[in-house]
Amino acid sequence: MNILETHHIVKQYANHRALDDVSINIPKGSIYGLLGPNGAGKTSLIRIINQITAPDSGHVLLNGERLAPKHIANIGYLPEERGLYKKMKVGEQLLYLAQLKGLSKQQSMEKLKAWFIKFDIKTWWDKNVEDLSKGMQQKIQFVATVLHEPELIILDEPFSGFDPINANLIKDEILELKQKGCTIIFSTHRMESVEELCDHIALIDKSKKILDGSKKAIKEQFKTHTYSVVFGGQLGALSAHYALIDQHALEDGLQKATIRLQPDASANGLIGELIQQVQVHNFGENIPSMNEIFISAVGATPES
Amino acid sequence: MKNIFLVLQREYLTRVRKKSFIVMTLLTPLLIAVFYGVIVLIAVNSDAGSKKVTVIDNSGLYAATLKNTETLQYTFTKQPLEVAKKDLKAGKADVLVVIPQDILEDTKGVKMFAEKNVSLDLKTDIERAIETEIESQKLSKAGIDKKVLADSRANVSAETYSLTADGEKSSNSMVATFLALFLAFLMYVVVFVYGAQIMRGVLEEKTNRIVEVIISSVKPIELMMGKIMGVGLVGLTQFLLWIVLTIGISTAGTALLGGKLAEYANKEQAKVQNATKDPAAVKAVQQKSQNEAVAAFEAINSIPTGQKIQIMVCFLIYFLGGYLLYGSLFGAIGAAVDNETDTQQFMLPLTLPIVAAIMFAQYALRDPDGSVAFWASMVPFTSPIVMMVRVTFGVQTWELLLSISLLVLGFIGTTWLAARIYRVGILMYGKKVSYKELAKWVFYKP
Repeated sequence: MNILETHHIVKQYANHRALDDVSINIPKGSIYGLLGPNGAGKTSLIRIINQITAPDSGHVLLNGERLAPKHIANIGYLPEERGLYKKMKVGEQLLYLAQLKGLSKQQSMEKLKAWFIKFDIKTWWDKNVEDLSKGMQQKIQFVATVLHEPELIILDEPFSGFDPINANLIKDEILELKQKGCTIIFSTHRMESVEELCDHIALIDKSKKILDGSKKAIKEQFKTHTYSVVFGGQLGALSAHYALIDQHALEDGLQKATIRLQPDASANGLIGELIQQVQVHNFGENIPSMNEIFISAVGATPES
Repeated sequence: MKNIFLVLQREYLTRVRKKSFIVMTLLTPLLIAVFYGVIVLIAVNSDAGSKKVTVIDNSGLYAATLKNTETLQYTFTKQPLEVAKKDLKAGKADVLVVIPQDILEDTKGVKMFAEKNVSLDLKTDIERAIETEIESQKLSKAGIDKKVLADSRANVSAETYSLTADGEKSSNSMVATFLALFLAFLMYVVVFVYGAQIMRGVLEEKTNRIVEVIISSVKPIELMMGKIMGVGLVGLTQFLLWIVLTIGISTAGTALLGGKLAEYANKEQAKVQNATKDPAAVKAVQQKSQNEAVAAFEAINSIPTGQKIQIMVCFLIYFLGGYLLYGSLFGAIGAAVDNETDTQQFMLPLTLPIVAAIMFAQYALRDPDGSVAFWASMVPFTSPIVMMVRVTFGVQTWELLLSISLLVLGFIGTTWLAARIYRVGILMYGKKVSYKELAKWVFYKP
């Protein structure tokens, strides 16, 4: 079941079309990567989902319902351009943000206590935000985003500004939220975190969605049917089913070859041919990385 | 609505708890009180004791006429100037006055010497004494009797009445003028000080980058209105505290300085007495000043209760209306720019009508029912200031109602306009905005 669906969203600014007929379906309980180069329209889409702006045409469904102001409490949003009131105390600020999301003061207080214990930041309550480091502020911001326990969480570049230790902490939190049944929309340029966290992605380029689906299916789609072999010995000619694309020597006398399978060939057949000729140390299919998929998909769209 | 209240609460509490707010609120009435206290104390103390004045009277006119008073002790001397100067240096006198022989012809020839600077008060006192004598000498030379002159001094002070539907009522131009000026000035300060606070608040949210977090849970208009109302409440709080504190401090102050004040008042009176010497004239002067004082008090009391209430209600309405009208526009400016220096270019169109309003208010003072005053009190951008001036003189009800209706329409209009600029502006970074751009924003679909 989809927690969020956008149908044919169009958003036009004065002389720039930010979103052009964008439809995406976000399955419940997934971590959904929203990818695309700078200025592709990701933030415009996220703002529409957050009801900060409205689409010119098309509509958004949350749990099958048309998006309405009452859904604000169901969504938690961590924008890319984010900040806090510098002169306000951490505790007060979080209380304020939680109450704006519709929690009562009492509820906010209880939930905040739990988070402050969890992150071990009890001493921060009465500190002014400006006295915290950037990483600390980001933590506070993350707490503010998820405090009201929204079922849909939108994180725009959540790891920027975090050191690796804190980034891991947040990563674990994200996975834990997923476990609890939350759905997470994850917008980022860091393909390694997409690789690690996302199970679905959509790729937006030049205001259009050019690719979406489960990560597995997309990888399948972008597979080049090539295999890498690390071997010792001398590799002679292969049969016509297999094309040797690249071969180079590794440092310890071994060789590495990249071989493409023709449509009718199988990997097993290739292994059969290889073991007759060389000592195979390593054999594996080349699965395209998200980085490669991103570059090839975005590079393929014609300039408008 | 709940969200507006939450925003309002935050805006109010963070501002009221600021050190600068507390310091300003406490210090302003205190400073005013201290300022007045110091003036009174200086005035009282500087005149302490009588001054010894040595006179070299070359004209021979003054030996009989310059009489000792409480503050001035005259001694006449025939000694040459150099000797007298030495005496002055030795501290035998405080001031040495040299009156030339031809004082009647050349009134500028009087010279005063003193070791320290001669205080202005002392100088005027002595000048007045000499002048009076010249006057009476000249008058008697011209054959005019002093008595005739005293009789001829008329003191006209007209009371003005305005004809209204309820019959005649005494209108007190003087009081009205002061009240009007005060109210107009107050309005002007309120709009600028608190308008600028709204602008800075919006700008702060924008540069802090918190605004996108907030408007994912609150509508931009709610955020803007909450802020405007919160800052407005801060303003009201500050005014209330100022009024209460000023009353408190001045009560305490008079109790503390009461004796000194009385002393000061007596001295002032003594001076008048000394200068004129003529008991009839003194009496006339005293009478006059007393009358004026009484009249002023009576005047404030004589403003009919109805009109007093009208002025207060009007002040509240125009205060709110003017504040909302300009406040929302200040908010829009804050949203449109990225930093405080960029606000300058948009401040001018806001500053102009306010300054113009102050100018029109002066027209309205001179001619409360003239056409300039009328139109300026109808246009919502100037009416909060100009109409307040007119109200103190009494305004016809239909004019008032029309003006208020226009003001309400005006602030609904500017709030609408500001909200449209605001919702686009707060999410726009790194763009130098022009007026053309702003106009486009107004017509953007949200």
